[in-house]
Amino acid sequence: MRLKKKHAPYVFISPFFILFFIFGAFPILFSLYLSFFRWDGMTAMRFAGLGNYRFVLTDPWFWQSIYNTLSIAIMTTIPQHVFAIGFAFILHRGMVKFKEFFRTAYFLPYITAPVAVAMIFTTLFGSPFGILNAALSGLLSLPLIGDLLQLLNISYPIRWLGDPNFIRPSVAALLTWRFTGWNIIIYYAGLQKIPKGLYEAASIDGASTRQTFFKITLPLLRPIMFFAMLMSIIGNMQIFDEPIILLGVMGGTNRAGLTTAMYLYQTAFGWTEFGTGSAIAYILCFFIVTASIIFNKYFRREI
Amino acid sequence: MRQNFAGSNNSGKFTKKLKKILLYIVLLAGVLATLFPFFYMIVLATRGRSEIFNYPPPLWFGDSLEDNYQTLMASLPFYKNILNSLIVSTSATLLTLFFCALGGYGFAKYEFKGKDKLFFLMLATMMIPMLLGVIPWYIMMTKFGWLNSFKPLIIPGAANAFGIFLMTQFMEDIPDELMEAARIDGAGEFEMFYKIVLPLSLPGLGTLAILTFLGSWNNYLQALLVLETEAKFTIPVALSMLRGKVDQNWGAQMVGTAMGIAPIIGVFILASKQFIAGITEGSMKG
Repeated sequence: MRLKKKHAPYVFISPFFILFFIFGAFPILFSLYLSFFRWDGMTAMRFAGLGNYRFVLTDPWFWQSIYNTLSIAIMTTIPQHVFAIGFAFILHRGMVKFKEFFRTAYFLPYITAPVAVAMIFTTLFGSPFGILNAALSGLLSLPLIGDLLQLLNISYPIRWLGDPNFIRPSVAALLTWRFTGWNIIIYYAGLQKIPKGLYEAASIDGASTRQTFFKITLPLLRPIMFFAMLMSIIGNMQIFDEPIILLGVMGGTNRAGLTTAMYLYQTAFGWTEFGTGSAIAYILCFFIVTASIIFNKYFRREI
Repeated sequence: MRQNFAGSNNSGKFTKKLKKILLYIVLLAGVLATLFPFFYMIVLATRGRSEIFNYPPPLWFGDSLEDNYQTLMASLPFYKNILNSLIVSTSATLLTLFFCALGGYGFAKYEFKGKDKLFFLMLATMMIPMLLGVIPWYIMMTKFGWLNSFKPLIIPGAANAFGIFLMTQFMEDIPDELMEAARIDGAGEFEMFYKIVLPLSLPGLGTLAILTFLGSWNNYLQALLVLETEAKFTIPVALSMLRGKVDQNWGAQMVGTAMGIAPIIGVFILASKQFIAGITEGSMKG
């Protein structure tokens, strides 16, 4: 039997719609339905009305997880993009050699499995014998820098993954290490699209590098910045793999590294509260959408 | 006067050179910060427990690699785990290539009723956070009897919106005349797909293959949910379980980590140019 031209495209695109309906749309709708019930997956479902939502929204652990997630997201998104734009600009305008080598090196962390990265960083963050603490103790023994660190009340050893004050910055540092290279590549590609003529005109007019950067590069990079930062925000709000490996399912001391994605996981699959877990999923989604809208508004207006 | 002029010119050259050296220092500092964790992974892979938990920590290679390797092998069927990852990632990639190319062909090379709406609907699905449906997704896998099998890691994502979008972009550049000529010669619609469109879409297929393989190899959450026995673990799950088995043996953990990321890094270093070009193209178009 021959496929008619009229029917062919529908047949060709149907796998997506079939698979999406079964494995995408159905679970999402069922998740909404589940969020109004209490269910452990085995015994009968019990209708709970808005009970799950009420529970989650008054649950201090949930709000702590939102706080953790947001503060990790902010602590990693800003340095990631500042470093990435700087490095991309140097690679683009600096007339340096070995660009290919630099880009390849910077990109390595991104292709490495998050679980593997977290395993490696667990050793770097070791306390008291980890390499970062050894470096810290070296710095403390230096004359000037040591005094400065002591003034800042930093003492050896830091429990990077044990002290609640250091847990979130440590997770953010790992994420920064992992995603800066990815953003460098994105920004570098964006810079390639800026017409060379603009830079030439600027240099004829006697513009300094700094002026070129702020008057030409940054404004023209804006659409890419918007895209890349939005991706960072949406991605970082669902962060799961890295903190769960670094800190365990409950996010370490005082749950200081418990992200909302981890809390969802623990609620649904640790405590088999599928309904409450579904409510968390919907509330988290609401937060992601809200953050995207706020970012959209703010970014369009300010920069 | 003349000498002065020459002097200022020299100092201009000098500051220029200094600036350039400074740029290289910044770039190299970035490389150092990027590569150090990988280097340190190898260092610890060659060190024993007593050396790692000591002050100062080791900075150079030791001779415990063999011991650590034996510990790893005694804790997990690690080669089986690597093989599992290869099976899952390869099958996921092949299926994704087929269905996404087919879907891209449908959207790029045909005019049909509702095309724009369906295309927009497909793009919109990319915005949905994966976590939203993860609980029912797991329950479905239970009902299907797919737990502890590779199917949940291969089939649901096989025809995905991003892949179809990417392939549509690539295939739009293929001239319609080629297909019209083939149609006159009596070629069927599906025949044209694999005889004309697929061979002309190789760069796009390469990009999609890289992205799919990478995502599949590194996938943790879904694998963690459905895989139950050691013999079925993929690399990320095996690594996370290794933690519980040899908690204090960082050497063995680092041997496993190095073996788990080596295949991807190997491919990346061999084809970094295509890799990066593919990924930027993919994200720019997405």
